[in-house]
Amino acid sequence: MTSGVIFDVKRFAVHDGPGLRTTVFLKGCPLSCLGCHNPEGQGRGPELLFRPDRCTVCGDCVPVCPHQAITLANGEVRIGWDRCQLEAACVEACLPGALELVGEVKTVDEVVDLLEDDRIYFDESRGGVTFSGGEPFSQPDFLRELLYRCKERELPVVLDTCGHVEPALFQELIPLAAHLLFDLKVMDEDRHNAYTGIHNRWILQNLEWAGNELGSGRGKGPVLTVRIPLIPGVNDDEENIQASARFLGELRTPPPVDILPYHRLGVDKYDRMGREYGLGALTPPSQVAVQLACQLLEKAGLSVSVRGEQHGDD
Amino acid sequence: MAMTERVRRLRQESLDAEVTLSAERGKLLTDFCMREHGLVSAPVRRALAFRYLLENKEIYFGKGELIVGERGPAPKAASTYPEVCCHTEEDLVALDTREKISFSVSEETRAVFREEITPFWSGRTIRNLIMREMTPEWKAAYRAGVFTEFMEQRAPGHTVLDDKIYKKGFLDLIAEIQDSLESLDFLNDPEAYAKQEQLRAMEIAAEAMILYAERHALKARELAEVEEDADRRTELLRIAQVCEHVPAHPPRDFWEAVQAYWFVHIGVITELNTWDAFNPGHLDHHLEPFYQLGLAEGTLTREEAEELLQCLWVKFNNHPAPPKVGITAEESATYTDFAQINTGGVRKDGSDAVNEVTYLLLDVIEEMRLLQPSSSVQLSKKNPDRYLKRAGRIIATGFGQPSIFNSDLIVQELVRQGKTVEDAREGGSSGCVEVGAFGKENYNLTGYFNLPKILELTLNRGKDPRTGDRVGIDTGDPTEFSSFVDLMAAFRGQLEHLIDVKIRGNNVIERLWAEHIPTPFLSLLIDDCIKTGKDYHDGGARYNTSYIQGVGLGTVTDALTALKYHVFDETTFSMPAVLTALDTNFQEDERLRLTLLERTPKYGNDDEYADGVMKKVFESYFAAIDGRPNTKGGSYRINLLPTTVHVYFGSVVQATPDGRTAGAPLSEGISPVQGMDRKGPTAVLKSAGKMDHARTGGTLLNQKLTPGLLESEEGLEKWVHLVRSYFRMDGHHIQFNVVDAETLKAAQAQPDHYRDLIVRVAGYSDYFCDLGKTLQDEIIHRTEHREF
Repeated sequence: MTSGVIFDVKRFAVHDGPGLRTTVFLKGCPLSCLGCHNPEGQGRGPELLFRPDRCTVCGDCVPVCPHQAITLANGEVRIGWDRCQLEAACVEACLPGALELVGEVKTVDEVVDLLEDDRIYFDESRGGVTFSGGEPFSQPDFLRELLYRCKERELPVVLDTCGHVEPALFQELIPLAAHLLFDLKVMDEDRHNAYTGIHNRWILQNLEWAGNELGSGRGKGPVLTVRIPLIPGVNDDEENIQASARFLGELRTPPPVDILPYHRLGVDKYDRMGREYGLGALTPPSQVAVQLACQLLEKAGLSVSVRGEQHGDD
Repeated sequence: MAMTERVRRLRQESLDAEVTLSAERGKLLTDFCMREHGLVSAPVRRALAFRYLLENKEIYFGKGELIVGERGPAPKAASTYPEVCCHTEEDLVALDTREKISFSVSEETRAVFREEITPFWSGRTIRNLIMREMTPEWKAAYRAGVFTEFMEQRAPGHTVLDDKIYKKGFLDLIAEIQDSLESLDFLNDPEAYAKQEQLRAMEIAAEAMILYAERHALKARELAEVEEDADRRTELLRIAQVCEHVPAHPPRDFWEAVQAYWFVHIGVITELNTWDAFNPGHLDHHLEPFYQLGLAEGTLTREEAEELLQCLWVKFNNHPAPPKVGITAEESATYTDFAQINTGGVRKDGSDAVNEVTYLLLDVIEEMRLLQPSSSVQLSKKNPDRYLKRAGRIIATGFGQPSIFNSDLIVQELVRQGKTVEDAREGGSSGCVEVGAFGKENYNLTGYFNLPKILELTLNRGKDPRTGDRVGIDTGDPTEFSSFVDLMAAFRGQLEHLIDVKIRGNNVIERLWAEHIPTPFLSLLIDDCIKTGKDYHDGGARYNTSYIQGVGLGTVTDALTALKYHVFDETTFSMPAVLTALDTNFQEDERLRLTLLERTPKYGNDDEYADGVMKKVFESYFAAIDGRPNTKGGSYRINLLPTTVHVYFGSVVQATPDGRTAGAPLSEGISPVQGMDRKGPTAVLKSAGKMDHARTGGTLLNQKLTPGLLESEEGLEKWVHLVRSYFRMDGHHIQFNVVDAETLKAAQAQPDHYRDLIVRVAGYSDYFCDLGKTLQDEIIHRTEHREF
């Protein structure tokens, strides 16, 4: 039985595709975007999280760590992140739930059983499962088997991808989904590299293929929606939005675009992982900036929404 | 659509009116009873007293009112019922000065009580009689907080009207009484005389109601004569015409239909103000023909109909529940009198009942934004999503209303209880969440039952650890239980014993009401009292159900689950270790408490381990009660709802094995323990959906929503799916609160700025600032943990 690493399962997901959904987050991502809002999804293996707000400073975690990675000083628990070997004895000892191990190995069967738990909601709402991440394609064998199994069980699948996938694999697995959420960040390769740590050639190639071969529900294969996280100073400039608009507008079936304005909800997670947040004190884009991006995309004939809400003239 | 100037003013006056205690009814009744010494049967005496009240009570006409009739001499002047519960001087002081749900008592009122009412009724009330008749076992359990008793301060009620008053006038009812009297068989029916007295009493009550309406007509004409404003003069003359016609005759138009109901409502709450006041039930079904007729004839506009309904809403809001004291005040700490207006659902023939008046009512509910009446959406799979979305948009305003009921399941519940399918379809929900066949059933909530207390008694061999008193039976030494099966057997034994104690008490109390305080006016309204010549309290209704409401399902489930998991399955702790920790309220062992709290399967997470225990508790409770006979020819049934009693019940239960500390509130309804549902709403609904709701007479599920979800069209649609999915699992009821925790905290700190903040408590809504601090804290806690 194939298994994979999951870092979260969110039931009653209302923003990850049609109807009521369960979103399964697969761990590991080829990109390392600055300020990624799911930093715990980037690495492939399990990781330790520490939430000081839940810590009661009882000290129960200190003696159980075989590597002396945890210290108690000045009424504060400190994690020596470099010493941690992820044995998780501290997690077991931590009753208030301040220490948490993210990244659980699950078999395909276990995941499918979990999905079946909310079957009645999927049936009622024409919802289903969304595989997200991390990057779901970063665990190709696991994802492949999940997709085949969902097809057999008639569980409609949404795939949420960053697009950095080996193109042959991408073209093999995409037809198994009902809906594709494709993230598009930066058009210029150098800038993409600077922001994500990797080139965007596969991303653009896959998006071009998807935009030409798939339809917006009219053709065969899944429905394509492009999501643009709008990050001030990273990709919200006119040049990048124009380039995105041009690229998308020239596809055979120009896909609808959903703008996701940058938010700071992920910031705390960096603290919990003992990591530095890559975007510092960056603030969310202004209403005006969001409007501007919408208008530029609409000019290219694209249908635009903001966080799933249809963008209008009002 | 907006409120007219008139409605805006009446609404504001109703909101601003101080809640006072009125001596009027108490004094009139005392006067009557002091004069009336003749040898008269109990029902006739009650009917004569009713007539005396309606002949002599003050007739109140508010400025600009279109719908007339008040229970007391002014809005929010609450009557008392000294024949049921006679307030002492100390009670009056407590009512006047208590911080929450107070009733202002003037010196004049106090004097009337001191000099006339209290001396006459002291020792002669039904409350005195009940306390005299109850066994020591009953009293010990009552004192310990094992159960409450609904009938010790309020009359059995919980009843709802069907469509009869819109088709028949009271003169028609009198004709039916005559028919019944004529067909009495004195040769073969030993009860013929009793029936004759009952029917005579009903006739007197019907005549009294007609007379009461005529007094309003007369008053309207008097006021019209001196009225200077021509428009108001025309209105007063119109009111006079309405009151001359209804309720003696069937209503001819929308206005008369609304007024006919309100007179009947005043009649019921003047006679006894039964629990849950009175309730028009499916108002949208009943008013639809009058509405359509008015529109077709050009005699009514939508705006006029709306204004009349808004005036009716103000009337409901003018009538706080009569004052409660002691445990009854704890179990139902609210001004709400629980009239729950139903919309939608299905018609008698099973078809979709949503109509134009349904939407009109929803508009009125949203605009009026009043505490009373409560409103519910009866949702059938046949009803359109548009209807549910309309309700969702009202819920989104953070007002806690309307609540949502599964009308298809309610039909199933009622049919299982033995009703015909037509009677079941004309039924619905009332009060908090309880179900009944409207216009044909006497269904009574008889008291709340404290399930975690049963476990506590089981773990203490029948002794109450809080007081040391013997309250239950010895069900064995828990340290010698070798398995969870043993524990459950002991729990069931304790449960069955205390249910017996409760039912024994109920079966006496039901007779006390039937024999001493018959209710001829209410009997007129509920089939088949006229046909059978029997009182509403004495089995005259077509269906008679006695409910015992289980409370703390989440807490007892998690507590039993914790014992099963840690003591028997995983053997993390020994039974003696857990019992010691409970005795000391975990003072010595916070780790043990946290382990119970955080390392145990919990109900509300779609976890079969815990949910399986919930089902076992449910089945035990069901088996102990369902189908047992009451004294009215009907049966006992279960439902699961708490009003505010989970706070009181929590205060009498020491620490529990789910990690709850002594005195903390219990879980409410069938909701999970506060903060213990960690997998989101679909998991909560799945857990709750594992219960067989069809075998209950109502369950209550509370859900929190972040304000954002219902704001977008997309979010609203997803919410519709969530509700529909729960009902697809045969869930009975769900209600939503959409205020955020920050707002609630601000309201707690500065109540003056948040007087109008209404939140869903449990089966009903209430002003947040009127709630006790513990309940406020609990709702804040619930809110913080349940947001999604």
